[in-house]
Amino acid sequence: MTEKASQKANVVAERLRAWDPKAIVEVMEFRGETTLVIPRELLRAAAERCREYAELRFNLLTDATCVDRFPHEPRFELNYHLVSIPRRDKIRLRVRLAGADPVVDSLVPVWPGANWLEREIFDLFGIRFSGHPDLRRILLPDDWEGHPLRKDYPVEGYRDVPNTGALFRKSSA
Amino acid sequence: MTTVETATGTAKTMVLNMGPQHPSTHGVLRILLELDGETVVKAVPDLGYLHTGIEKSCEDKTYSQAITLTDRIDYLNPLGNNLVYCLAVEKLLGLEVPKRAQYIRVLLVELQRISSHLVWLGTHALDLGAMSVFLYCFREREEILKIFELFSGQRMMTSYIRIGGIALEPPAGWRAAVERFLKMMPSRIDEYEALLTGNRIWMGRTKGIGYISTEDAIALSMTGPTLRASGLAYDNRKLFPYSSYEEFAFDVPTRTDSDCFGRYMVRVEEMRQSLKIVRQALNKISHDGPIRSEAPGIVPPPREKMKVEMEALIYHFKIFTEGFSPPPGEAFVTVESPRGELGCYVASDGSSKPLRVHFRAPSYINLQALPKLIVGQLIADVIACIGTIDIILGEVDR
Repeated sequence: MTEKASQKANVVAERLRAWDPKAIVEVMEFRGETTLVIPRELLRAAAERCREYAELRFNLLTDATCVDRFPHEPRFELNYHLVSIPRRDKIRLRVRLAGADPVVDSLVPVWPGANWLEREIFDLFGIRFSGHPDLRRILLPDDWEGHPLRKDYPVEGYRDVPNTGALFRKSSA
Repeated sequence: MTTVETATGTAKTMVLNMGPQHPSTHGVLRILLELDGETVVKAVPDLGYLHTGIEKSCEDKTYSQAITLTDRIDYLNPLGNNLVYCLAVEKLLGLEVPKRAQYIRVLLVELQRISSHLVWLGTHALDLGAMSVFLYCFREREEILKIFELFSGQRMMTSYIRIGGIALEPPAGWRAAVERFLKMMPSRIDEYEALLTGNRIWMGRTKGIGYISTEDAIALSMTGPTLRASGLAYDNRKLFPYSSYEEFAFDVPTRTDSDCFGRYMVRVEEMRQSLKIVRQALNKISHDGPIRSEAPGIVPPPREKMKVEMEALIYHFKIFTEGFSPPPGEAFVTVESPRGELGCYVASDGSSKPLRVHFRAPSYINLQALPKLIVGQLIADVIACIGTIDIILGEVDR
Protein backbone atom coordinates (compact mmCIF):
# COMPACT_ATOMS: atom_id res chain seq x y z
CA MET A 1 0.00 0.00 0.00
CA THR A 2 2.70 2.49 1.01
CA GLU A 3 4.87 1.50 -1.92
CA LYS A 4 1.98 1.86 -4.32
CA ALA A 5 1.10 5.21 -2.82
CA SER A 6 4.64 6.54 -3.06
CA GLN A 7 4.88 5.45 -6.69
CA LYS A 8 1.67 7.33 -7.36
CA ALA A 9 3.03 10.36 -5.55
CA ASN A 10 6.13 10.24 -7.69
CA VAL A 11 4.10 10.27 -10.90
CA VAL A 12 2.13 13.37 -9.97
CA ALA A 13 5.02 15.15 -8.26
CA GLU A 14 7.46 14.43 -11.09
CA ARG A 15 5.02 15.55 -13.73
CA LEU A 16 4.53 18.83 -11.89
CA ARG A 17 8.27 19.21 -11.26
CA ALA A 18 8.91 18.67 -14.96
CA TRP A 19 6.59 21.61 -15.61
CA ASP A 20 8.18 23.85 -12.97
CA PRO A 21 11.01 22.72 -10.67
CA LYS A 22 9.66 24.98 -7.93
CA ALA A 23 6.10 23.59 -8.12
CA ILE A 24 6.43 21.15 -5.22
CA VAL A 25 7.67 22.30 -1.83
CA GLU A 26 7.12 19.00 -0.07
CA VAL A 27 5.60 15.57 -0.66
CA MET A 28 3.96 13.93 2.34
CA GLU A 29 2.70 10.39 2.79
CA PHE A 30 0.42 9.34 5.61
CA ARG A 31 -1.80 6.22 5.73
CA GLY A 32 -1.64 5.85 1.97
CA GLU A 33 -2.71 9.43 1.28
CA THR A 34 -0.45 11.74 -0.65
CA THR A 35 -0.20 15.45 0.01
CA LEU A 36 1.68 17.78 -2.32
CA VAL A 37 2.55 21.14 -0.84
CA ILE A 38 2.44 23.83 -3.50
CA PRO A 39 3.81 27.37 -3.16
CA ARG A 40 1.02 29.92 -2.94
CA GLU A 41 1.88 31.74 -6.18
CA LEU A 42 1.74 28.55 -8.22
CA LEU A 43 -1.51 27.08 -6.86
CA ARG A 44 -3.83 27.97 -9.70
CA ALA A 45 -1.34 27.05 -12.43
CA ALA A 46 -0.54 23.75 -10.73
CA ALA A 47 -4.24 22.96 -10.31
CA GLU A 48 -4.84 23.67 -13.97
CA ARG A 49 -2.06 21.27 -14.90
CA CYS A 50 -3.39 18.59 -12.58
CA ARG A 51 -6.65 18.77 -14.47
CA GLU A 52 -5.28 19.10 -17.99
CA TYR A 53 -2.24 16.81 -18.24
CA ALA A 54 -3.24 13.56 -19.89
CA GLU A 55 -1.29 11.48 -17.32
CA LEU A 56 -3.00 13.19 -14.38
CA ARG A 57 -6.57 14.14 -15.38
CA PHE A 58 -7.80 15.12 -11.93
CA ASN A 59 -11.18 16.16 -13.27
CA LEU A 60 -13.18 16.35 -10.03
CA LEU A 61 -12.48 18.79 -7.23
CA THR A 62 -14.19 16.87 -4.47
CA ASP A 63 -13.44 19.03 -1.48
CA ALA A 64 -11.59 22.07 -0.26
CA THR A 65 -11.08 22.82 3.38
CA CYS A 66 -8.81 24.60 5.77
CA VAL A 67 -6.99 23.76 9.00
CA ASP A 68 -5.95 26.42 11.49
CA ARG A 69 -2.72 25.51 13.30
CA PHE A 70 -2.75 28.58 15.52
CA PRO A 71 -0.43 29.57 17.26
CA HIS A 72 2.04 27.97 14.82
CA GLU A 73 2.96 29.94 11.73
CA PRO A 74 2.14 29.70 8.87
CA ARG A 75 -1.11 29.01 10.65
CA PHE A 76 -3.49 28.12 7.78
CA GLU A 77 -3.34 25.00 5.67
CA LEU A 78 -5.63 24.93 2.68
CA ASN A 79 -6.36 21.43 1.42
CA TYR A 80 -7.79 20.66 -1.99
CA HIS A 81 -8.90 17.08 -2.52
CA LEU A 82 -8.79 16.04 -6.15
CA VAL A 83 -10.13 12.88 -7.77
CA SER A 84 -9.27 11.52 -11.15
CA ILE A 85 -12.34 9.54 -12.18
CA PRO A 86 -10.73 8.00 -15.32
CA ARG A 87 -7.56 6.98 -13.44
CA ARG A 88 -9.21 6.08 -10.10
CA ASP A 89 -6.78 8.22 -8.23
CA LYS A 90 -6.86 10.76 -5.42
CA ILE A 91 -4.46 13.46 -4.33
CA ARG A 92 -4.39 16.36 -1.90
CA LEU A 93 -2.90 19.71 -2.82
CA ARG A 94 -1.92 21.93 0.05
CA VAL A 95 -1.05 25.59 0.35
CA ARG A 96 0.27 27.12 3.57
CA LEU A 97 -0.78 30.65 4.41
CA ALA A 98 0.50 33.01 7.08
CA GLY A 99 -2.02 34.54 9.46
CA ALA A 100 -0.98 38.08 8.55
CA ASP A 101 -1.81 37.74 4.87
CA PRO A 102 -4.34 34.96 4.20
CA VAL A 103 -4.88 35.51 0.48
CA VAL A 104 -4.69 32.92 -2.27
CA ASP A 105 -5.78 32.60 -5.89
CA SER A 106 -9.29 31.27 -6.33
CA LEU A 107 -9.71 27.95 -8.14
CA VAL A 108 -13.14 28.85 -9.55
CA PRO A 109 -11.64 29.44 -13.02
CA VAL A 110 -10.30 25.85 -12.95
CA TRP A 111 -13.26 24.10 -11.30
CA PRO A 112 -16.49 26.14 -11.06
CA GLY A 113 -17.45 23.83 -8.17
CA ALA A 114 -14.83 25.57 -6.01
CA ASN A 115 -17.20 28.53 -5.70
CA TRP A 116 -19.16 27.58 -2.60
CA LEU A 117 -16.28 25.62 -1.09
CA GLU A 118 -14.16 28.77 -1.12
CA ARG A 119 -17.02 30.89 0.15
CA GLU A 120 -17.36 28.52 3.08
CA ILE A 121 -13.63 28.82 3.88
CA PHE A 122 -13.85 32.60 3.56
CA ASP A 123 -16.85 32.65 5.88
CA LEU A 124 -15.49 30.37 8.58
CA PHE A 125 -11.72 31.03 8.38
CA GLY A 126 -11.47 34.50 6.84
CA ILE A 127 -9.22 33.46 3.97
CA ARG A 128 -9.62 35.64 0.90
CA PHE A 129 -9.61 34.20 -2.59
CA SER A 130 -8.48 36.60 -5.26
CA GLY A 131 -10.36 36.27 -8.50
CA HIS A 132 -13.42 34.69 -6.85
CA PRO A 133 -16.58 35.90 -8.63
CA ASP A 134 -18.81 36.19 -5.56
CA LEU A 135 -16.84 36.18 -2.33
CA ARG A 136 -19.57 36.65 0.29
CA ARG A 137 -20.36 34.87 3.52
CA ILE A 138 -22.47 31.79 2.89
CA LEU A 139 -23.39 30.03 6.14
CA LEU A 140 -23.31 32.96 8.56
CA PRO A 141 -25.22 36.26 8.31
CA ASP A 142 -23.49 39.02 6.36
CA ASP A 143 -22.98 41.16 9.48
CA TRP A 144 -21.33 38.40 11.52
CA GLU A 145 -18.11 39.40 13.22
CA GLY A 146 -15.15 37.07 13.20
CA HIS A 147 -14.51 33.69 11.66
CA PRO A 148 -15.72 30.88 13.94
CA LEU A 149 -13.52 28.02 12.81
CA ARG A 150 -10.34 29.90 13.68
CA LYS A 151 -8.71 28.46 16.77
CA ASP A 152 -8.67 31.82 18.54
CA TYR A 153 -12.47 32.02 18.26
CA PRO A 154 -14.01 30.47 21.39
CA VAL A 155 -16.43 27.58 21.00
CA GLU A 156 -19.10 29.53 22.86
CA GLY A 157 -18.72 32.47 20.47
CA TYR A 158 -18.25 36.16 21.16
CA ARG A 159 -21.79 37.37 20.78
CA ASP A 160 -25.34 36.17 21.36
CA VAL A 161 -24.23 34.90 24.75
CA PRO A 162 -27.54 34.20 26.47
CA ASN A 163 -27.56 36.48 29.47
CA THR A 164 -29.75 34.29 31.62
CA GLY A 165 -28.76 36.10 34.81
CA ALA A 166 -30.25 39.39 33.63
CA LEU A 167 -33.42 37.65 32.48
CA PHE A 168 -33.81 35.95 35.80
CA ARG A 169 -33.36 39.20 37.73
CA LYS A 170 -35.90 40.94 35.53
CA SER A 171 -38.58 38.31 36.01
CA SER A 172 -38.09 38.00 39.75
CA ALA A 173 -38.13 41.76 40.30
CA MET B 1 -36.25 45.03 -11.00
CA THR B 2 -34.50 45.06 -14.34
CA THR B 3 -35.57 45.17 -17.95
CA VAL B 4 -34.80 42.09 -20.01
CA GLU B 5 -35.06 41.17 -23.67
CA THR B 6 -37.78 38.61 -24.35
CA ALA B 7 -39.11 36.99 -27.51
CA THR B 8 -41.80 39.63 -27.81
CA GLY B 9 -39.77 42.70 -26.87
CA THR B 10 -38.61 44.00 -23.53
CA ALA B 11 -40.20 43.19 -20.23
CA LYS B 12 -39.78 44.06 -16.62
CA THR B 13 -38.69 41.33 -14.24
CA MET B 14 -39.81 40.83 -10.68
CA VAL B 15 -38.03 39.33 -7.72
CA LEU B 16 -39.77 36.58 -5.80
CA ASN B 17 -38.54 35.45 -2.44
CA MET B 18 -39.00 31.70 -2.12
CA GLY B 19 -38.53 30.31 1.35
CA PRO B 20 -36.97 29.93 3.83
CA GLN B 21 -40.22 28.42 5.09
CA HIS B 22 -41.64 27.18 1.83
CA PRO B 23 -43.09 23.65 2.10
CA SER B 24 -41.30 22.37 -0.99
CA THR B 25 -37.82 23.74 -0.27
CA HIS B 26 -37.32 20.70 2.00
CA GLY B 27 -36.34 22.74 5.00
CA VAL B 28 -35.05 26.24 5.42
CA LEU B 29 -33.65 27.05 2.01
CA ARG B 30 -34.24 30.51 0.64
CA ILE B 31 -33.99 31.27 -3.04
CA LEU B 32 -34.21 34.71 -4.57
CA LEU B 33 -35.81 34.22 -7.94
CA GLU B 34 -35.79 36.89 -10.60
CA LEU B 35 -38.74 36.19 -12.86
CA ASP B 36 -39.84 37.31 -16.28
CA GLY B 37 -43.46 36.31 -16.15
CA GLU B 38 -43.22 32.69 -15.07
CA THR B 39 -39.70 32.12 -16.40
CA VAL B 40 -36.70 32.20 -14.09
CA VAL B 41 -34.07 34.70 -15.23
CA LYS B 42 -31.76 34.46 -12.26
CA ALA B 43 -31.66 32.43 -9.07
CA VAL B 44 -29.58 33.10 -5.97
CA PRO B 45 -29.74 30.52 -3.18
CA ASP B 46 -29.33 31.85 0.34
CA LEU B 47 -28.32 29.32 2.98
CA GLY B 48 -27.23 29.10 6.56
CA TYR B 49 -30.57 29.13 8.36
CA LEU B 50 -29.75 25.76 9.90
CA HIS B 51 -26.06 26.34 10.60
CA THR B 52 -25.27 24.73 13.94
CA GLY B 53 -21.48 24.79 13.92
CA ILE B 54 -21.09 21.02 14.10
CA GLU B 55 -17.52 21.14 12.78
CA LYS B 56 -16.50 23.60 15.49
CA SER B 57 -18.27 21.57 18.18
CA CYS B 58 -16.37 18.44 17.12
CA GLU B 59 -13.10 20.20 17.96
CA ASP B 60 -14.25 20.46 21.55
CA LYS B 61 -15.18 16.79 21.94
CA THR B 62 -13.11 13.64 22.21
CA TYR B 63 -12.99 11.44 19.12
CA SER B 64 -15.68 9.09 20.42
CA GLN B 65 -17.98 11.85 21.66
CA ALA B 66 -18.07 13.51 18.24
CA ILE B 67 -19.96 10.50 16.79
CA THR B 68 -23.23 11.71 18.29
CA LEU B 69 -22.84 15.02 16.45
CA THR B 70 -22.36 13.29 13.10
CA ASP B 71 -25.87 11.78 13.31
CA ARG B 72 -27.33 15.24 13.12
CA ILE B 73 -25.59 16.40 9.96
CA ASP B 74 -27.67 14.54 7.42
CA TYR B 75 -30.64 13.40 9.46
CA LEU B 76 -31.85 10.99 6.78
CA ASN B 77 -28.50 9.24 6.72
CA PRO B 78 -27.23 9.11 10.31
CA LEU B 79 -25.63 5.69 9.92
CA GLY B 80 -23.78 6.84 6.82
CA ASN B 81 -22.44 9.84 8.71
CA ASN B 82 -21.37 7.63 11.62
CA LEU B 83 -19.66 5.37 9.12
CA VAL B 84 -17.67 8.02 7.28
CA TYR B 85 -16.50 9.65 10.50
CA CYS B 86 -15.49 6.31 12.04
CA LEU B 87 -13.71 5.26 8.85
CA ALA B 88 -11.72 8.50 8.91
CA VAL B 89 -10.71 8.10 12.56
CA GLU B 90 -9.91 4.42 12.00
CA LYS B 91 -7.70 5.38 9.07
CA LEU B 92 -5.97 7.95 11.25
CA LEU B 93 -5.35 5.26 13.88
CA GLY B 94 -4.49 2.53 11.37
CA LEU B 95 -7.22 0.37 12.90
CA GLU B 96 -8.61 -2.76 11.22
CA VAL B 97 -12.29 -3.56 11.76
CA PRO B 98 -13.43 -7.22 11.98
CA LYS B 99 -15.18 -8.50 8.86
CA ARG B 100 -18.38 -9.25 10.71
CA ALA B 101 -18.68 -5.64 11.85
CA GLN B 102 -17.92 -4.44 8.32
CA TYR B 103 -20.76 -6.51 6.88
CA ILE B 104 -23.19 -5.31 9.54
CA ARG B 105 -22.18 -1.75 8.67
CA VAL B 106 -22.85 -2.42 4.98
CA LEU B 107 -26.24 -3.96 5.75
CA LEU B 108 -27.30 -0.97 7.82
CA VAL B 109 -26.08 1.77 5.50
CA GLU B 110 -27.80 0.12 2.56
CA LEU B 111 -31.07 -0.04 4.50
CA GLN B 112 -30.43 3.60 5.29
CA ARG B 113 -30.01 4.36 1.60
CA ILE B 114 -33.39 2.78 0.86
CA SER B 115 -35.08 4.71 3.67
CA SER B 116 -33.49 7.96 2.51
CA HIS B 117 -34.58 7.36 -1.08
CA LEU B 118 -38.09 6.58 0.17
CA VAL B 119 -38.30 9.93 1.94
CA TRP B 120 -36.96 11.58 -1.17
CA LEU B 121 -39.45 9.84 -3.47
CA GLY B 122 -42.39 10.52 -1.19
CA THR B 123 -41.67 14.21 -0.67
CA HIS B 124 -40.68 14.78 -4.29
CA ALA B 125 -43.93 13.21 -5.50
CA LEU B 126 -45.84 15.26 -2.94
CA ASP B 127 -44.21 18.44 -4.27
CA LEU B 128 -45.37 17.55 -7.75
CA GLY B 129 -48.91 16.79 -6.62
CA ALA B 130 -48.96 13.01 -6.12
CA MET B 131 -50.10 12.73 -2.54
CA SER B 132 -50.62 8.98 -2.25
CA VAL B 133 -47.02 8.01 -3.09
CA PHE B 134 -45.90 9.91 -0.02
CA LEU B 135 -48.08 7.75 2.23
CA TYR B 136 -46.87 4.51 0.65
CA CYS B 137 -43.20 5.52 0.91
CA PHE B 138 -43.49 6.46 4.56
CA ARG B 139 -45.22 3.17 5.31
CA GLU B 140 -42.17 1.24 4.11
CA ARG B 141 -39.71 3.64 5.67
CA GLU B 142 -41.35 2.94 9.01
CA GLU B 143 -40.36 -0.72 8.63
CA ILE B 144 -36.71 0.27 8.13
CA LEU B 145 -36.81 2.60 11.12
CA LYS B 146 -38.16 -0.27 13.20
CA ILE B 147 -35.13 -2.33 12.18
CA PHE B 148 -32.84 0.52 13.26
CA GLU B 149 -34.67 0.73 16.55
CA LEU B 150 -34.17 -2.99 17.02
CA PHE B 151 -30.42 -2.65 16.45
CA SER B 152 -29.64 0.56 18.28
CA GLY B 153 -32.65 1.54 20.37
CA GLN B 154 -33.11 4.64 18.22
CA ARG B 155 -35.09 5.22 15.07
CA MET B 156 -33.05 8.09 13.69
CA MET B 157 -30.08 9.32 15.73
CA THR B 158 -28.61 5.86 16.00
CA SER B 159 -24.90 6.48 16.78
CA TYR B 160 -24.64 2.72 16.25
CA ILE B 161 -21.41 2.63 14.27
CA ARG B 162 -18.47 3.28 16.59
CA ILE B 163 -14.73 3.65 16.19
CA GLY B 164 -13.38 0.13 15.72
CA GLY B 165 -16.72 -1.58 15.05
CA ILE B 166 -20.30 -1.22 16.16
CA ALA B 167 -21.92 -0.35 19.48
CA LEU B 168 -23.76 -3.55 20.36
CA GLU B 169 -24.15 -7.14 19.32
CA PRO B 170 -27.19 -7.28 16.97
CA PRO B 171 -30.27 -8.23 19.02
CA ALA B 172 -32.18 -11.50 18.84
CA GLY B 173 -34.63 -11.59 15.95
CA TRP B 174 -32.83 -9.10 13.73
CA ARG B 175 -32.41 -11.59 10.91
CA ALA B 176 -36.12 -12.33 10.76
CA ALA B 177 -36.89 -8.60 10.71
CA VAL B 178 -34.52 -7.95 7.80
CA GLU B 179 -35.83 -11.06 5.99
CA ARG B 180 -39.40 -9.80 6.31
CA PHE B 181 -38.40 -6.47 4.88
CA LEU B 182 -36.50 -8.04 1.97
CA LYS B 183 -39.52 -10.15 1.15
CA MET B 184 -41.95 -7.24 1.19
CA MET B 185 -39.92 -4.49 -0.45
CA PRO B 186 -39.43 -5.52 -4.14
CA SER B 187 -43.16 -5.56 -4.88
CA ARG B 188 -43.53 -2.21 -3.12
CA ILE B 189 -40.93 -0.61 -5.39
CA ASP B 190 -42.91 -1.99 -8.35
CA GLU B 191 -45.96 -0.33 -6.84
CA TYR B 192 -44.30 3.10 -6.78
CA GLU B 193 -43.19 2.61 -10.35
CA ALA B 194 -46.70 1.62 -11.36
CA LEU B 195 -47.95 4.84 -9.85
CA LEU B 196 -45.34 7.13 -11.33
CA THR B 197 -43.05 5.90 -14.11
CA GLY B 198 -45.62 5.71 -16.90
CA ASN B 199 -47.85 8.38 -15.42
CA ARG B 200 -48.42 11.15 -17.99
CA ILE B 201 -48.56 13.93 -15.41
CA TRP B 202 -45.38 12.65 -13.77
CA MET B 203 -43.58 12.47 -17.10
CA GLY B 204 -44.80 15.91 -18.04
CA ARG B 205 -43.50 17.36 -14.79
CA THR B 206 -40.08 15.66 -14.89
CA LYS B 207 -39.02 14.80 -18.46
CA GLY B 208 -36.67 17.34 -19.99
CA ILE B 209 -36.76 19.43 -16.80
CA GLY B 210 -33.56 20.49 -15.07
CA TYR B 211 -31.08 19.34 -17.68
CA ILE B 212 -27.37 19.32 -16.84
CA SER B 213 -24.64 17.86 -19.04
CA THR B 214 -21.97 15.45 -17.77
CA GLU B 215 -19.22 18.05 -18.25
CA ASP B 216 -21.11 20.72 -16.31
CA ALA B 217 -21.97 18.27 -13.56
CA ILE B 218 -18.31 17.27 -13.04
CA ALA B 219 -17.12 20.87 -13.28
CA LEU B 220 -19.59 21.81 -10.55
CA SER B 221 -18.33 18.85 -8.43
CA MET B 222 -21.74 17.16 -8.48
CA THR B 223 -21.80 13.54 -7.34
CA GLY B 224 -24.26 10.82 -6.52
CA PRO B 225 -27.52 10.07 -8.37
CA THR B 226 -27.47 13.55 -9.95
CA LEU B 227 -24.15 12.81 -11.65
CA ARG B 228 -25.10 9.22 -12.50
CA ALA B 229 -28.29 10.43 -14.19
CA SER B 230 -26.00 12.55 -16.39
CA GLY B 231 -24.34 9.41 -17.68
CA LEU B 232 -21.26 8.94 -15.51
CA ALA B 233 -21.05 5.83 -13.32
CA TYR B 234 -19.13 7.48 -10.50
CA ASP B 235 -19.79 5.57 -7.31
CA ASN B 236 -17.35 5.42 -4.40
CA ARG B 237 -18.51 1.90 -3.54
CA LYS B 238 -17.09 0.71 -6.87
CA LEU B 239 -14.21 3.10 -7.52
CA PHE B 240 -12.76 3.42 -4.03
CA PRO B 241 -14.35 0.53 -2.08
CA TYR B 242 -14.55 0.80 1.71
CA SER B 243 -15.95 -1.50 4.38
CA SER B 244 -15.54 -4.57 2.09
CA TYR B 245 -17.84 -3.29 -0.69
CA GLU B 246 -15.52 -4.98 -3.19
CA GLU B 247 -16.97 -8.32 -2.05
CA PHE B 248 -20.52 -7.39 -3.03
CA ALA B 249 -22.07 -7.82 -6.46
CA PHE B 250 -24.26 -4.93 -7.54
CA ASP B 251 -24.73 -2.58 -10.47
CA VAL B 252 -24.36 1.17 -10.59
CA PRO B 253 -27.45 2.40 -12.43
CA THR B 254 -26.91 5.29 -14.82
CA ARG B 255 -29.12 7.22 -17.21
CA THR B 256 -28.29 9.58 -20.01
CA ASP B 257 -31.36 11.80 -19.96
CA SER B 258 -29.71 14.13 -17.37
CA ASP B 259 -33.10 15.48 -16.29
CA CYS B 260 -35.43 15.13 -13.32
CA PHE B 261 -36.94 11.94 -14.76
CA GLY B 262 -33.49 10.37 -15.15
CA ARG B 263 -32.59 11.20 -11.57
CA TYR B 264 -35.87 9.62 -10.44
CA MET B 265 -35.17 6.43 -12.41
CA VAL B 266 -31.62 6.20 -11.03
CA ARG B 267 -32.82 6.42 -7.44
CA VAL B 268 -35.58 3.87 -7.91
CA GLU B 269 -33.09 1.43 -9.45
CA GLU B 270 -30.63 2.14 -6.62
CA MET B 271 -33.22 0.96 -4.13
CA ARG B 272 -33.38 -2.39 -5.94
CA GLN B 273 -29.58 -2.64 -6.00
CA SER B 274 -29.44 -1.85 -2.29
CA LEU B 275 -31.86 -4.70 -1.63
CA LYS B 276 -29.41 -6.98 -3.47
CA ILE B 277 -26.57 -5.78 -1.26
CA VAL B 278 -28.63 -6.21 1.92
CA ARG B 279 -29.44 -9.79 0.88
CA GLN B 280 -25.75 -10.57 0.32
CA ALA B 281 -24.74 -8.93 3.57
CA LEU B 282 -27.35 -10.95 5.43
CA ASN B 283 -25.80 -14.16 4.09
CA LYS B 284 -22.27 -13.00 4.87
CA ILE B 285 -22.84 -11.99 8.50
CA SER B 286 -21.84 -14.95 10.63
CA HIS B 287 -23.85 -15.91 13.70
CA ASP B 288 -21.04 -15.08 16.06
CA GLY B 289 -17.71 -13.37 15.94
CA PRO B 290 -16.15 -10.13 17.05
CA ILE B 291 -18.03 -6.88 16.42
CA ARG B 292 -15.18 -4.62 17.54
CA SER B 293 -11.45 -4.67 16.94
CA GLU B 294 -9.03 -5.54 19.69
CA ALA B 295 -7.42 -2.20 20.43
CA PRO B 296 -6.92 -1.61 24.16
CA GLY B 297 -7.13 2.05 25.02
CA ILE B 298 -9.11 2.90 21.89
CA VAL B 299 -12.02 0.48 21.61
CA PRO B 300 -13.96 -0.11 24.85
CA PRO B 301 -13.53 -3.63 26.23
CA PRO B 302 -16.54 -6.00 26.46
CA ARG B 303 -18.70 -5.47 29.51
CA GLU B 304 -18.01 -8.96 30.93
CA LYS B 305 -14.25 -8.41 30.85
CA MET B 306 -14.57 -5.27 32.92
CA LYS B 307 -16.00 -7.31 35.76
CA VAL B 308 -13.06 -9.69 35.98
CA GLU B 309 -10.03 -7.84 34.57
CA MET B 310 -8.55 -4.75 36.13
CA GLU B 311 -6.88 -3.61 32.87
CA ALA B 312 -10.21 -3.67 31.06
CA LEU B 313 -11.76 -1.49 33.74
CA ILE B 314 -8.87 0.97 33.57
CA TYR B 315 -9.07 1.22 29.78
CA HIS B 316 -12.81 1.69 29.92
CA PHE B 317 -12.40 4.52 32.41
CA LYS B 318 -9.65 6.17 30.39
CA ILE B 319 -11.51 5.97 27.06
CA PHE B 320 -14.59 7.64 28.48
CA THR B 321 -12.77 10.32 30.48
CA GLU B 322 -9.70 11.50 28.61
CA GLY B 323 -10.25 9.64 25.33
CA PHE B 324 -7.43 8.41 23.13
CA SER B 325 -4.82 10.25 21.10
CA PRO B 326 -4.22 9.29 17.47
CA PRO B 327 -0.80 10.09 15.98
CA PRO B 328 -0.42 13.54 14.38
CA GLY B 329 -1.61 13.40 10.79
CA GLU B 330 -4.76 13.53 8.76
CA ALA B 331 -7.16 11.31 6.90
CA PHE B 332 -9.77 11.96 4.24
CA VAL B 333 -12.33 9.26 3.57
CA THR B 334 -15.20 9.34 1.12
CA VAL B 335 -18.23 7.09 1.04
CA GLU B 336 -21.30 6.99 -1.18
CA SER B 337 -24.18 8.50 0.74
CA PRO B 338 -27.72 8.51 -0.71
CA ARG B 339 -27.01 12.02 -1.93
CA GLY B 340 -23.52 11.57 -3.32
CA GLU B 341 -19.94 11.57 -2.20
CA LEU B 342 -19.90 12.09 1.54
CA GLY B 343 -16.41 12.85 2.77
CA CYS B 344 -14.86 13.28 6.16
CA TYR B 345 -11.54 14.96 6.78
CA VAL B 346 -10.06 14.52 10.23
CA ALA B 347 -6.78 16.13 11.29
CA SER B 348 -5.03 15.23 14.53
CA ASP B 349 -2.35 17.11 16.40
CA GLY B 350 -1.66 14.19 18.72
CA SER B 351 -4.08 15.26 21.43
CA SER B 352 -7.29 13.53 22.48
CA LYS B 353 -9.53 15.98 20.62
CA PRO B 354 -9.55 16.40 16.84
CA LEU B 355 -7.70 19.43 15.48
CA ARG B 356 -10.20 19.71 12.66
CA VAL B 357 -13.20 17.73 11.46
CA HIS B 358 -14.66 18.65 8.11
CA PHE B 359 -17.53 17.06 6.25
CA ARG B 360 -17.71 17.15 2.51
CA ALA B 361 -21.48 17.46 2.39
CA PRO B 362 -22.85 16.22 -0.93
CA SER B 363 -26.09 18.18 -0.80
CA TYR B 364 -24.21 21.43 -0.12
CA ILE B 365 -22.09 20.95 -3.20
CA ASN B 366 -24.90 19.62 -5.40
CA LEU B 367 -27.09 22.56 -4.45
CA GLN B 368 -24.52 24.81 -6.10
CA ALA B 369 -25.79 23.60 -9.45
CA LEU B 370 -29.37 24.70 -8.75
CA PRO B 371 -29.16 28.03 -10.64
CA LYS B 372 -27.72 26.13 -13.60
CA LEU B 373 -30.69 23.75 -13.54
CA ILE B 374 -33.48 26.28 -13.18
CA VAL B 375 -32.51 29.37 -15.16
CA GLY B 376 -34.78 29.49 -18.19
CA GLN B 377 -37.31 27.11 -16.67
CA LEU B 378 -40.79 27.82 -15.36
CA ILE B 379 -41.27 28.57 -11.70
CA ALA B 380 -43.21 25.33 -11.19
CA ASP B 381 -40.15 23.41 -12.39
CA VAL B 382 -37.98 25.01 -9.71
CA ILE B 383 -39.81 22.75 -7.27
CA ALA B 384 -39.06 19.67 -9.36
CA CYS B 385 -35.37 20.63 -9.60
CA ILE B 386 -34.93 21.26 -5.88
CA GLY B 387 -36.59 17.91 -5.29
CA THR B 388 -34.33 15.90 -7.57
CA ILE B 389 -31.12 17.38 -6.18
CA ASP B 390 -32.31 15.79 -2.91
CA ILE B 391 -30.98 18.30 -0.44
CA ILE B 392 -31.00 17.90 3.30
CA LEU B 393 -30.63 21.30 4.86
CA GLY B 394 -29.06 19.91 8.00
CA GLU B 395 -26.22 18.70 5.83
CA VAL B 396 -26.09 21.80 3.64
CA ASP B 397 -25.66 24.14 6.60
CA ARG B 398 -24.04 21.80 9.15
